[in-house]
Amino acid sequence: MSDSVIKGRIHSFQSLGAVDGPGLRFVIFLQGCPLRCMYCHNPDTWNRSGGTEYTVDEVVVKVLRYRTYFGEDGGVTVSGGEALLQAPFVTELFRRLKAEGIHTCLDTSGLTHAGSGTSADGDEAILTALLCVTDLVICDIKFSNEEDYLAHTLGSLASVLYFLSLTQAASVPLWVRHVVVPGHTDSEEEVRAMVTLAMQYRNLRRIELLPFRKLCITKYESLGIPFPCADIPECPEAAIRELQNIIPETLR
Amino acid sequence: MEAWEGFVGETWKNEINVRDFIQNNYTPYDGDGSFLAEATDRTKELMGKLSHLFDLEQQFGGVLDIDTQHVTSLLNYKPGYLDKDKELIVGLQTDRPLRRGVNPFGGLNMTRKACQAYGYELSEKVEEEFLYRTTHNDGVFRVYSDEIRKARHVGIITGLPDAYGRGRIIGDYRRVALYGVDRLIEEKTKDKAELAASQPMDAETIRRLEELYQQINFLGKLKDMALLYGIDISKPATNSREAIQWLYFGYLGAIKEQNGAAMSLGRTSTFLDIYFERDLKNGVYTESELQELLDDFVMKLRMARHLRTPEYNELFAGDPMWITESVGGMGEDGRTLVTKNSFRILNTLYTLGPSAEPNLTVLWSKYLPQNFKNFATKVSCDTDAIQYENDDLMRPIYGDDYGIACCVSAMRLGKDMQFFGARANLAKLLLMSLNGGRDERYNMQVGPEMPVYEDEYLDYDKVCERMAFYRDWLAKTYVTAMNMIHYMHDKYAYEKTQMALHDTNVHRYMAFGVAGLSVLADSLSAIKYAKVKPIRDPETGLIKDFETTGEFPCYGNDDDRVDLLAKEQTELFLAALKKTPTYRNAEHTLSILTITSNVMYGKKTGNTPDGRRAGEPFAPGANPMHGRDKSGALASLNSVAKLSYQTCKDGISNTFSIIPQALGHTENERCSNLIHILDGYFAQKAHHLNVNVLNRETLIDAMNHPEKYPTLTIRVSGYAVTFNKLTLEQKKEVISRTFHEAV
Repeated sequence: MSDSVIKGRIHSFQSLGAVDGPGLRFVIFLQGCPLRCMYCHNPDTWNRSGGTEYTVDEVVVKVLRYRTYFGEDGGVTVSGGEALLQAPFVTELFRRLKAEGIHTCLDTSGLTHAGSGTSADGDEAILTALLCVTDLVICDIKFSNEEDYLAHTLGSLASVLYFLSLTQAASVPLWVRHVVVPGHTDSEEEVRAMVTLAMQYRNLRRIELLPFRKLCITKYESLGIPFPCADIPECPEAAIRELQNIIPETLR
Repeated sequence: MEAWEGFVGETWKNEINVRDFIQNNYTPYDGDGSFLAEATDRTKELMGKLSHLFDLEQQFGGVLDIDTQHVTSLLNYKPGYLDKDKELIVGLQTDRPLRRGVNPFGGLNMTRKACQAYGYELSEKVEEEFLYRTTHNDGVFRVYSDEIRKARHVGIITGLPDAYGRGRIIGDYRRVALYGVDRLIEEKTKDKAELAASQPMDAETIRRLEELYQQINFLGKLKDMALLYGIDISKPATNSREAIQWLYFGYLGAIKEQNGAAMSLGRTSTFLDIYFERDLKNGVYTESELQELLDDFVMKLRMARHLRTPEYNELFAGDPMWITESVGGMGEDGRTLVTKNSFRILNTLYTLGPSAEPNLTVLWSKYLPQNFKNFATKVSCDTDAIQYENDDLMRPIYGDDYGIACCVSAMRLGKDMQFFGARANLAKLLLMSLNGGRDERYNMQVGPEMPVYEDEYLDYDKVCERMAFYRDWLAKTYVTAMNMIHYMHDKYAYEKTQMALHDTNVHRYMAFGVAGLSVLADSLSAIKYAKVKPIRDPETGLIKDFETTGEFPCYGNDDDRVDLLAKEQTELFLAALKKTPTYRNAEHTLSILTITSNVMYGKKTGNTPDGRRAGEPFAPGANPMHGRDKSGALASLNSVAKLSYQTCKDGISNTFSIIPQALGHTENERCSNLIHILDGYFAQKAHHLNVNVLNRETLIDAMNHPEKYPTLTIRVSGYAVTFNKLTLEQKKEVISRTFHEAV
């Protein structure tokens, strides 16, 4: 019996997430990621065999401890690593949370074709099952053209767009995020292209620009991995405010 | 105008009953803050003048001036003014703003030392007068046992109010405004006559008779004090300005008479709103004029000072008075007690700028009007000057007319008082238990002797057994010291003005405290779940350090394995305290509150099994140790919420710091999220939360460039301080605390 219980590999929990979806969120960081984004903030979540295994029951018990904080807007956000790598686990978790009346949010790169033969590898049925129990998708569109995407993340934009089309088909509200990296993704053209891309999806509700930060440097150091963006300056708040103007007001 | 014209209800007219007056006459307000007025030019000018004096005071090393010639009391100074022509509310503690009086009734030596610390000498005149007086301090040390002296010396009990006023008594200052002093004297005189006729005439009855004599005497002095300012407060106040002025005179009398550690104000804003509403309706005052009156009042409160020694400041940093004003809450009938004046009092943090005093305390209920929740949290995010306490938890116990004394001590206004004092150091209790009653730092036998713990590793059950023995000893020593202190305080420094503003029959609490709870909990967790090897000093044989191997859960991560140990320890300590009866049959209560003394407690405590090094500060109040709460802010709050208020009825203090970016992208998001945090925390029957929304970098910059941040206010442990008034050591400790910064 216990062998059939689905388990998730979890990097960590953050009991107070105030900027990962609406209201206060209990955030679950899953372990393992197929991408290698140049500015990745959580290199410690890359390794697919790391983390700690939890059953859905164990996670639900933890989440329920925070129920009094959720109010009408808050809930649970599953982030990563890449949550889609463990889609069946997340689906089962979300199903249980929704039964408890808790809002569910999936924070993902949208990369469905991890090329590793994992269960969610582009499988429409599996992804649709997950989207059926997801109240909100936050998708980080890292680059808006295939070349840059491949060059700076080692992933494929097409795969992300495929996932976004599935969220539209499932009518799950969508927030798009974009990290503004000075010298790479901070030009008006780049942001405009990303906005145009995102606005193709009817379920789009918000676009968030996030400033590139280097708080993660110590993580790279302790892992002994060079940080590819070590020489890039942090993105000033003023630049974000300026670029916000490109986004239609209803989506800010 | 007749003082009570338009006011309805009968009970409050026939007896002293402020609550009944409020319930019959107040106007609940569920609108937003858009009606609020800005500071007038007069207010700005006066506040400018005051800010200049505050600057000077800082430049003079924290004390602007001391009157060493007069002993502070109600009638010993000529009237003083900030600006006689412009002030709307008058009355200063001495004859000049920020000049401090001397109050040797608590202890002469303390007064002498305080004068010397700032370059003054206590005058011969005062020295002479006190040659023939016994102070509270004299009395206490006449009866202290060697054991108490030792416990005090090594710091297993610290902060005993044996050399200054005990404080934490809230006079119901509203009574002065509502009834006028003559009526109060009349009622007390009746009570005295009744008591004089009662039998048997035992020691307690005689004591109460004399206390009533003193209360009546000082009510007379209160009238005379007001007359020095040309104001007659014998009759009830007739309008908003008078209501504030009468009430403030009551408070001023109290702080002229007493230098208690905490001199709190009570719950005055909704009471005053009744006068404000009447005057608004009748066109007596405009909104701007009402804000101006309140601003003037709050400026007076910000000027209140006591003369303290540097040692005192080391315990309680930032020159605090704990002029705590409780705002908001709900009524027992379900109506909110939020009025427009609840907004106005918080608005003073904008009209006059952020400030540590008065200590604005929002009584939080999930039922508070949404608009007030929005406003209060906005003020929090902007000023870091508000604390929150759980009205839904306290109202069932104290009703809806209680106030907070000091930081977290709830009392029914005019009906309850408390004998306050000190904290027992629980981390040190653990070490002393292991070392057989010897202090780990002084190598001094303090408690009953027993061999030092012998095994190679600490065994949880054996350690608990030893602790049980020493806990009983410590609790008994502590209660005994408190009994002596309060006996002597009643005898030599009785709070005549404040107790005159209480019912004659009061309920008394004896408020004990503990410090180092999180250090103890984590240490016990280490002993229970990891392996702890004690390391002995080869010379003394005392256990001086610990080698801890393996993992153990730390308090602050919502992990029952350790959180319940913390809870159990508070329950055990209260039970131990209750074994010793108290002076005047006071009810034993317990708080988990350290003010800023967590730094000092840490200094006095050796290495602990949780890995904390000797001398390192404890976490403040009931907070988890900084840096050990690794599961985010809400997990940390959940851990603290497990401590039982039923056990710790004198309050459970928790201080929460979060960087703005981690609370939300926009101001609206931050306020809304803060509301969810408060609702969620208090729904779990948690008691108190101090909220700071600021960056660590701001504090570091303020430490290095104090001139750039003259009014930077932060919440520490049950109160707010102006950051600049902390010592360097305290600043560093505040900076090292956990800032929740997950973004």
